[in-house]
Amino acid sequence: MPPLLEVSNLTTHIRTRRGVVRAVDGVSFTLEEGETLGLVGESGCGKSMTGLSVMGLLPRGGSIVGDSSVRLGGRELVGLPESDLRRVRGNEIAMVFQDPMSALDPTKTIGHQVAESVLLHRGGTRAEAADRAAEVLGLVGLPHPRERLGDYPHQLSGGLRQRVLIAMALVNEPKVLIADEPTTALDVTIQAQILDLLADLRARLRMAMILITHDMGVTAGHTDRVNVMYAGRIAESAGTGPLFRAMRHPYTQSLLASVPRLDRGPTGQLPTIPGLPPDLTDPPSGCRFAARCQYATDRCRTAEPELTGPATHRYACWHPTDGPRPAEPVDTPMDVEVVLPAQAAAVASAAVAERPVLEARDLVREFPVRGSWLPGRERRVVHALSGVSLTIGHGETLGIVGESGCGKTTLGRLLVGLDRPDSGTVTLDGTDLGRLRGRELRQRRRDLQMMFQDPFSSLDPRMRVGSILREPLQIQGLGTTSEQRERVAELLAEVGLPAHAADLYPHEFSGGQRQRVGLARALALTPKLIVADEPVSALDVSVRAQVLNLMRGLQVSHGLSYVVISHDLAVVRYLADRIGVMYLGRMVEVGSADDIHLRAAHPYTAGLLKAVPVPDPDVERAKHGAGVRGELPSPLAPPSGCRFRTRCPLAQDLCALEEPTPRLFATGHTAACHFPLQTPLPDASPALTGDPA
Amino acid sequence: MSTLDSPLDSPPDSPSDSPATPAPELAAPGRRRFSMPAFLHNRRALVGLVLIAVVAAFCFLGPLLYRTDQVTVRLDLADLPPGAANPLGTDASGYDVLGRLMTGGRSSLELGLAVAVTTTVIGTLYGAVAGYLGGFVDALMMRVIDVFLAVPTIVLLLMMVSMFTPTLWGIILLLSLLSWLGAARLVRGEVLTLRTREFVQAARMMGGTGRRIVLRHLVPNAAGVVIVSGTFTVADSILTLSALSFLGLGLPPPHADWGTMLSAGLNSLYDGYWWQVYPAAGLLIVTVVAFNLVGDAVHDALDVRLDQP
Repeated sequence: MPPLLEVSNLTTHIRTRRGVVRAVDGVSFTLEEGETLGLVGESGCGKSMTGLSVMGLLPRGGSIVGDSSVRLGGRELVGLPESDLRRVRGNEIAMVFQDPMSALDPTKTIGHQVAESVLLHRGGTRAEAADRAAEVLGLVGLPHPRERLGDYPHQLSGGLRQRVLIAMALVNEPKVLIADEPTTALDVTIQAQILDLLADLRARLRMAMILITHDMGVTAGHTDRVNVMYAGRIAESAGTGPLFRAMRHPYTQSLLASVPRLDRGPTGQLPTIPGLPPDLTDPPSGCRFAARCQYATDRCRTAEPELTGPATHRYACWHPTDGPRPAEPVDTPMDVEVVLPAQAAAVASAAVAERPVLEARDLVREFPVRGSWLPGRERRVVHALSGVSLTIGHGETLGIVGESGCGKTTLGRLLVGLDRPDSGTVTLDGTDLGRLRGRELRQRRRDLQMMFQDPFSSLDPRMRVGSILREPLQIQGLGTTSEQRERVAELLAEVGLPAHAADLYPHEFSGGQRQRVGLARALALTPKLIVADEPVSALDVSVRAQVLNLMRGLQVSHGLSYVVISHDLAVVRYLADRIGVMYLGRMVEVGSADDIHLRAAHPYTAGLLKAVPVPDPDVERAKHGAGVRGELPSPLAPPSGCRFRTRCPLAQDLCALEEPTPRLFATGHTAACHFPLQTPLPDASPALTGDPA
Repeated sequence: MSTLDSPLDSPPDSPSDSPATPAPELAAPGRRRFSMPAFLHNRRALVGLVLIAVVAAFCFLGPLLYRTDQVTVRLDLADLPPGAANPLGTDASGYDVLGRLMTGGRSSLELGLAVAVTTTVIGTLYGAVAGYLGGFVDALMMRVIDVFLAVPTIVLLLMMVSMFTPTLWGIILLLSLLSWLGAARLVRGEVLTLRTREFVQAARMMGGTGRRIVLRHLVPNAAGVVIVSGTFTVADSILTLSALSFLGLGLPPPHADWGTMLSAGLNSLYDGYWWQVYPAAGLLIVTVVAFNLVGDAVHDALDVRLDQP
């Protein structure tokens, strides 16, 4: 019996202005009934294009060439006329897209959109289609599906929208489901719920699934077999267990090694993959990974390796490795101490003993909802921050984590003075930022800088990098023109960019290089504190490691303090000395990185940690159930008492009545919970959540 | 190259961490943001530029080579068909049509360019300030625009030219007053999205003043739409002047412009005097199309997003 889906020698070319991009270049794999195949790799490696090629949904200028073959149940799909392909799409093969906001039509009800596919492929009356839609929406976990058929996409949360997308894909019970980064746009807690849902549905409907993802943790937990793709080709193909335990391709090895791990302590330098993937308009001869590979020899640069090895574990490499990279000496915890012991020791004590760099007290920020002036309508307010206090010591890194909508970005903006609190104070070295105005405030800004998330929008596209880096110096009136130029060269060297980068425009850089420029700009004024809002979430894994290493190194050499805001707990774990966990405008737990990760006291922290996928199949398989149930309640009307109680497995009546006060669990470790997971220290009740006692 | 690498990026104990940014990944230095090759690669741009150059040379250099009397009315020479003495014939007042096209084109081009420049400058600054400040100020500034927009352009123009004797600069002033509104609204819309971009916040973080942010960051980034609207303004103003002239309220004789020539020529079209209509109409169309072509091309050449694959 032939496999359900058999792809052989799939080659997809895309014509662009710069030439023909060989997006997929001779990819072969099979997919059996009921199996989940992972396609992993960095962006631009051809994994999404492989999925789209199977569906026959190519972008403009794209075509499947050569002797490519895609067989579904023995039937050839390549070369099938469009009208026949339409009968296959959405019926036998369905796709779940990444962005639930743009994949749903905002002007049609969700019932209509789910039923549309039924009408197209199965016919029948509208009422029957609506029945089927309600049934499937119930299947994917939409509460009260029948009443919600008339809802529009904007009335649903991100997680529910993703469920609707899955329902649309499943409504005709396809044999193959292609999920292209189905959870990348979602919070970890929702991600865990959606992935569990997909696994459950796959088992119940006996579907086969292709899971396209860049997240090694998701791969580890939710695939049976994995194809690692690099530059349009399959680099390695193996069962999930063998791949993670005994990978043979150096690319797989480096990819896994460069992921910051939640389940390991803060290691020193993260191993990185140097350079960038090759340009696919003109792929190099020989092994495509050779230019970035530490084992590469002349043979790799001239001859291209074929996929070899046993049928269950194939790899394309002349010098296959043997399993994961051995634990490196840098894996010893607290490498910073090894680099500069004196400084690191100072870090630990300074936070407690000295006056902190920045201190925030009882920050409250509320945003009125538009239209509130209309008569007869209640004035509604988004409670973005409701009394958050924290302190940051000299040379310390404070990580802020939480789901989107918990107020962490608002907090970051208040800390650097981009926004003013409704009440509460931010004190920088004893100066109340809220009292500063005009010129004084502008001068004071040099001590507080920000590193932004999006490397594409954080640099002015019309300025050369040299001007971008000089601008802060010009504004603050520091130095003469030639001194400023010298400083720019210095900054570029510091972030590992060549001097001629100053003459280039931002669009000529890759995402990782742009983040380096952003960091250089933040450093230009030698600030005391840098607030980094999701500094690496827009970057690929290998580049992410480079930027994280750089941030850490610069902190040691400049004695910087960081506030790192991220939804990625592993990134925060890697960078932060102390971590604050936020939930719906409140700081629910603060403690050292180890306190939070090993001895979490708040049920929310524990759930959040559990939801983070770890790139280890054994750990992932052992998990049961999602970490945190349900979704974040609306910040327009936060729950009474403990705000987390609606999703808390331990909640009791007391939680709804009384707001928990922060309790001390160890030095510098506080959590606000009535029923904590750890035993609090007796009669110790710190006044403020943020105080490192 | 490797000498510039931060030592932190390539620790000696880990051989895999070779230079984080190998040289070949960066483009050669000195590449301009506005790339002339990309601009010229665009056929529309080339065609538009050549057409504008030809029309401008015809209007401003032409009279030096081809001298005609455009002041004295010579009824004895009226309505002559094209011939050796008058390559494009003469009009009802006996003026040489070819020569009149040159002088008429001069006032048309001067008006178009002058109005485009003034409205673009005023509109851009007004729109950028409104968009950047936002809130109440923005609302107020936009209501001012709405008031101006509520004034019917042609009616106001007709009133003004019937009250005062129109001069070229008078009409330029009037048209400028009326047509900066579009540019202002365009720029404001662009700035509203630009000001949420992170590089604007970064400039605030450095202590940049609002003035600096508007002039250094917002205006240059809104330039794409402004330039396009500017080139359209050139075309629109030439057409408005033609419309006024056509209604008989344009520049008084002996001044000439293409619109006046058209309206005069139309009267004698039934007499078969085609040379009094088609050359002027053709030049008008060519000029307007040429400016629109260039506008589109400049927009494309300035658009950063198009550079990304």
